[in-house]
Amino acid sequence: MEATGAEIVVRCLAEEGVEFVFGYPGGAVLNIYDEIFKQNKFKHVLVRHEQAAVHAADAYARATGRVGVALVTSGPGVTNAVTGIATAYMDSIPIVVVTGQVPTAAIGLDAFQEVDTVGITRPCVKHNFLVKDVKDLAVTMKKAFIIASTGRPGPVVVDVPKDVTAHLTEFEYPATLEMRSYSPVAKGHSGQMKRAVQMLLEAKRPMIYTGGGVVLGDASEQLAEFTRLLGFPITNTLMGLGGFPATDRQNLGMLGMHGTYEANMAMQHCDVLLAVGARFDDRVIGNPAHFAREQRRIIHVDIDPSSISKRVRVDVPIVGDVQNVLADMLVLLKQAKEKPDAAALNAWWTQIELWRSKDCLKYNRNGAIIKPQYVVEKLWEVTGGDAFITSDVGQHQMWAAQYYKFDKPRRWINSGGLGTMGVGLPYAMGVQLAFPDAQVACITGESSIQMNIQELSTCKQYRIPVKVVTLNNRYMGMVRQWQEFFYGSRYAESYMESLPDFVKLAESYGHVGMRIDKPEDVEAALKEAFSPALKERMVFMDFQTDQTENVFPMVEGGKGLSEMILAEEL
Amino acid sequence: MRHIISLLMENEAGALSRVAGLFSARGYNIESLTVAPTEDATLSRMTIVTTGSEEIIEQITKQLNKLVDVIKVMDLTEGRHIERELMLVKVKAVGTGREEMKRTADIFRGRIIDVTDATYTIELTGTGSKLDAFLEAIDSAFIIETVRTGASGIGRGERSLKA
Repeated sequence: MEATGAEIVVRCLAEEGVEFVFGYPGGAVLNIYDEIFKQNKFKHVLVRHEQAAVHAADAYARATGRVGVALVTSGPGVTNAVTGIATAYMDSIPIVVVTGQVPTAAIGLDAFQEVDTVGITRPCVKHNFLVKDVKDLAVTMKKAFIIASTGRPGPVVVDVPKDVTAHLTEFEYPATLEMRSYSPVAKGHSGQMKRAVQMLLEAKRPMIYTGGGVVLGDASEQLAEFTRLLGFPITNTLMGLGGFPATDRQNLGMLGMHGTYEANMAMQHCDVLLAVGARFDDRVIGNPAHFAREQRRIIHVDIDPSSISKRVRVDVPIVGDVQNVLADMLVLLKQAKEKPDAAALNAWWTQIELWRSKDCLKYNRNGAIIKPQYVVEKLWEVTGGDAFITSDVGQHQMWAAQYYKFDKPRRWINSGGLGTMGVGLPYAMGVQLAFPDAQVACITGESSIQMNIQELSTCKQYRIPVKVVTLNNRYMGMVRQWQEFFYGSRYAESYMESLPDFVKLAESYGHVGMRIDKPEDVEAALKEAFSPALKERMVFMDFQTDQTENVFPMVEGGKGLSEMILAEEL
Repeated sequence: MRHIISLLMENEAGALSRVAGLFSARGYNIESLTVAPTEDATLSRMTIVTTGSEEIIEQITKQLNKLVDVIKVMDLTEGRHIERELMLVKVKAVGTGREEMKRTADIFRGRIIDVTDATYTIELTGTGSKLDAFLEAIDSAFIIETVRTGASGIGRGERSLKA
């Protein structure tokens, strides 16, 4: 039977088992919206700004492991979506963004609401398509889902001109399809894996360093078994939190610019480093020249060959799906006659415990002002360590990463690569819709939250009961911190004046607002917010926190991993 | 070091911009880039001449391979290969210089393909360095216009790039 392009788009989404489409209508996508109106296979969530649509789809993907879908109109719909697309691209998140386009005959004529969508999004997508013929539409949609979700995942944009959504063709959705130019590697090279296992067994000061790839590749179980069998220390990147349980003693915590002392020191001084699904980026290893000063052999497992030997030369590259590679290496490890060098490992752990005894995350718990770290710690307690936590970008993000101990993957949802302020609230929406019964908290700051504050309205419309934990220090905290350290405390434009009354603001949308000024009220407020009485309600908590608190430890940009600034002795 | 990278990609709209965009976004050098369909009209063959350290060249080939439309990538300079570039040069050809210009073109196996009473247009094929050498051999004051295609390359013998 023949179908219009608009029907085809909608039916393809249904065929893919899409649950939610986050979007915002407009002229170029009206045919598609008309078809959405007529169907009941998936739910459309109307956001208040296209950026939030993409963020929500992105968070849905991060939390569930499935492809997130957003739908926006041409022109400004697309340009508003670009920040969301770039955010997903930097963190390798599988999303498909369907964008409306002006009719094919109008393309290139500066038509109303026309932008070169394929051109604008090209540098921040895994791939994109402009569908000029309705006959190509179903196949293109299939390709988009395959490309987004396989190999190193990423966003795919499908740009559909309005006339194409009206044209008729026979609809048939391909179950599978082959692309001669696209075939991601799945299995690791067996010789390289043997070398890697051998190298790990010979190590005197081994270290395992894992990133977002373990989370995206659903390899946490394999990683846990592998790491426990070896008894090696492990650290997770910001993107990799939850990949290995944070409460496990083998976990040294996060590494990098605001990583723990023990994780950074162990990274710097190990003799064999196993990197899994991580990319040695600037916020993680700091200055690569400084990192290279210590001799160590590096094994790097990654699905993307271009991530290997990009910033750091590696000795054993293993390209493949991290879950497959870890499972295969686990078999090799179990078959191996050798065991790790127990004496050397013991000495290494003694050294690590010495580093750990610095207790680098301690902070002053006394005083009449709420410490932001304390709020995160209490949130962890109140939620039983089992909530989905989204964050925005800045100091609160680092405190969330440091003090909320993630034991499970896909529970920590943040913008690691692009560092997009404003993701927190739409991220929380996407997660909460995917898991309606779960506890979902957005840890944010008073600056970040205002970048997508309009989504309070979406939360009202769909009764999305997320809990917003605002660490309000009346400053763009991370900017202020850098200005204090590196700009002679000249706080240029980093002070937030004229803040709204967040309690009233939340209430005006029909939500619950709370303002918390004293440390002794923190726990009670959190308990109330997560109580059964407020389970169905969105709660906006405005914690008035210490304005001068800084994030420690800190590795200054361009410095080496072991050159940390630690909190003043208390 | 100078590398000649050959690639086969889907002959889709925007294929060239994906490659060009990759080079500019990541700050890689492009000395020249040529592209045209192959005997199979669904395929484009591209030759990129670039320079960079071994690490940069490794990243360039990996990043090119990562483009979804790219089917195969080969660094021609890693093995035996043939490189050719076409140049058209319009030169002043008057008086005694007219004969001299013809002789120089002959030495470089150039062909004069357009003649007026004051100019020659010379067609010259060869490696980039041969074309450079020709331009150095003639007095630059005589050159009116130069147009070069950029290098194309192919592997020697059995070495080939097939989809």
